[in-house]
Amino acid sequence: MKYTEEDLEQELKTKEYEYGFYTEIESETFAKGLNEDVVRAISLKKNEPKWMTDWRIEAFRVWEKMTEPDWANVNYEKPKFQDIAYYSAPKKKPKLNSLDEVDPELLDTFKRLGISLDEQKKLANVAVDIVMDSVSVATTFKKTLGEKGIIFMPISEAIQEHPELVRKYLGTVVPTTDNFYAALNSAVFSDGSFCYIPKGVRCPMELSTYFRINEGGTGQFERTLVVADKGSYVSYLEGCTAPSRDENQLHAAVVELIAMDDAEIKYSTVQNWYPGDKNGKGGVYNFVTKRGLCETNAKISWTQVETGSAITWKYPSCILKGNNSVGEFYSIAVTNHFQQADTGTKMIHLGKNTRSTIISKGISAGHSQNSYRGLVQINSRAENARNFSQCDSLLMGNACGAHTFPYIEVKNKSAQIEHEATTSKIGEEQLFYCNQRGIDTEKAIALIVNGFSKEVLNKLPMEFAVEAQKLLEISLEGSVG
Amino acid sequence: MLKINNLHASIDEKSILKGLNLEVKAGEVHAIMGPNGAGKSTLANIIAGKEDYEVTDGIIELNGEDISELAPEERAHNGVFLSFQYPVEIPGVSVTNFIKTAINETRKAKGLEDMPAKDMLKMIREKSELLEIDRKFLSRSLNEGFSGGEKKRNEIFQMAMLEPKLAILDETDSGLDIDALRIVANGVNKLKSKDNAVIVITHYQRLLDYIIPDFVHVLYDGKIVKSGDASLALELEAKGYDWIKQELV
Ligand SMILES: Nc1ncnc2c1ncn2[C@@H]1O[C@H](COP(=O)(O)OP(=O)(O)OP(=O)(O)O)[C@@H](O)[C@H]1O
Ligand SMILES: [Mg+2]
Repeated sequence: MKYTEEDLEQELKTKEYEYGFYTEIESETFAKGLNEDVVRAISLKKNEPKWMTDWRIEAFRVWEKMTEPDWANVNYEKPKFQDIAYYSAPKKKPKLNSLDEVDPELLDTFKRLGISLDEQKKLANVAVDIVMDSVSVATTFKKTLGEKGIIFMPISEAIQEHPELVRKYLGTVVPTTDNFYAALNSAVFSDGSFCYIPKGVRCPMELSTYFRINEGGTGQFERTLVVADKGSYVSYLEGCTAPSRDENQLHAAVVELIAMDDAEIKYSTVQNWYPGDKNGKGGVYNFVTKRGLCETNAKISWTQVETGSAITWKYPSCILKGNNSVGEFYSIAVTNHFQQADTGTKMIHLGKNTRSTIISKGISAGHSQNSYRGLVQINSRAENARNFSQCDSLLMGNACGAHTFPYIEVKNKSAQIEHEATTSKIGEEQLFYCNQRGIDTEKAIALIVNGFSKEVLNKLPMEFAVEAQKLLEISLEGSVG
Repeated sequence: MLKINNLHASIDEKSILKGLNLEVKAGEVHAIMGPNGAGKSTLANIIAGKEDYEVTDGIIELNGEDISELAPEERAHNGVFLSFQYPVEIPGVSVTNFIKTAINETRKAKGLEDMPAKDMLKMIREKSELLEIDRKFLSRSLNEGFSGGEKKRNEIFQMAMLEPKLAILDETDSGLDIDALRIVANGVNKLKSKDNAVIVITHYQRLLDYIIPDFVHVLYDGKIVKSGDASLALELEAKGYDWIKQELV
């Protein structure tokens, strides 16, 4: 049996989406289209205070005047924004005291995803706030967190219960005017998570959210706000998978992180939205704005494993405002078939002695295009700023592309900036070497890819790292033989 | 154990092996020598199942079974091991992780459970001591930044771990310093038994001072043109290949 690069590519093409099923949960969905009335209706539906409604309306007005950006290295048919339903909530919204009360259909979905809540609970130390089609349906471990004064709840609830906190911080890192998708999100965000860690508190468990898109044709607009008060620490995990859909689904999330003096936020993402079929049909459009603000001595780490979505447009960034603050970005982006990813980070150095590290690992297969786009900006006030960037690309086959767009802007001469980039291919020789030792090609690819991604995988919390490793294998596996 | 009959093989239309015969029985050590480009590595690769080569004629039997249809990993599962002339690097994959995967994949193919971590550890300890390998070395990325000699020693470490039936050592001696040569050769000797066989491909007598071959073959222009006992290697060392070439015309 001869196994060539072509066979390899062929195999990669035949991988089917593992989580491609559709849960039938009764949903209540708004009519398609977007205008001020729809924005008002969303706000009304959620019983929001006036300031929130006004905030949304203002965002909507800004958005209306904006045009969709097209500087990214991705090609796609622009979503028809008037063809999307902007609100979808499961109809059954029981107040849940225990897991027994969760819709059995939903529990089944979780089981198929391998994240049954029962299991999750037993696995301990992970509080899960599950966002299913825009409305949170289950919240656990709230009590333990409550004792420490930690607030972790759907943002819709936080708007009701902690309006002063939400109002104070919402939109301060990603203003409504920031970009097209952020403005859209601000106007119509359905739900998401809110997290507040009080002064000096170390969050005792990983906070975790699973996002799912469920109703066909509904965009999902998550809004996440994490505030770590002075000297606090939190590790936040975000993971998602989505069922197969024929139409493109729009996902435009906004995540804002605020790390006050001496605080640390670790934000980890495993993203596995439906990438479309092997012909490039369908798949999620993922246009995300993620940004964190670091005050003095604060630290923010973004770690992401991106395997899904037809189009990914995502640049988790750090504004290093305070002196001695630290920003980190660790990323693995896998693209296969006709997936396109344009992802990277922005490190904005404002304070003195600020440091940033960027480690980006891009893996491309099939006909996919994988771009790293990163900006390192050292402002004039940022004395002794340092950055280290490393961008590695791994190619499988000859039809895919890897691109690196590093932008460096330095306005202070004391800055030290290092940038390294490599591109490699999984070689026949490597595969034969593995085969000779009894490791078949599929396993060999997984091994090589995991080795390539190791530096980033190591940054993930244990339980997530295992899941991420599995995901990498799934994303690149075929049926050998 | 291994029986090769009238093997013809080519790559990109270029004929390399031209009717090669070789029989290796359990418990034997065979040395294959021959000038550069004669086809020694090609033979090793073909036995291991590398698919770049086209086998145009002849058969290769392992324990009485034709293995021509077997994938390289299946041949490995059947006990074929090749110590590469040029081992490749696999960044980010530690020697330990690699060998663990190799052992467990082989076990899986045989319907066995993964080797318990405890046993694996014990085995790693034993074999690394046998080959005088520093344990720290095992956590490094496979072959990445290894010196030539370290790569070769690591190949033999893997061989020790996998306990193959048929081991082919392709110029394992090149790159080894004098002490390492002795250590590696002693390692190979310790692993030798009446149930397994070793094919040593080498250019020099010095390895054969340690690993004493039962047979020495000269591979020239795609064929085994001369076979003899250990003394043939000494003769080659003294006289080179010209006299053999002349015998042929
Ligand atoms: N992939 C290939 N493409 C083209 N020619 C090849 C290829 N592999 C081997 N050859 C040729 O086949 C012949 C035999 O090569 P081989 O590596 O088997 O020699 P060898 O006996 O191992 O030599 P050495 O002692 O130098 O290691 C050489 O002429 C070599 O150039
Ligand atoms: Mg050779």
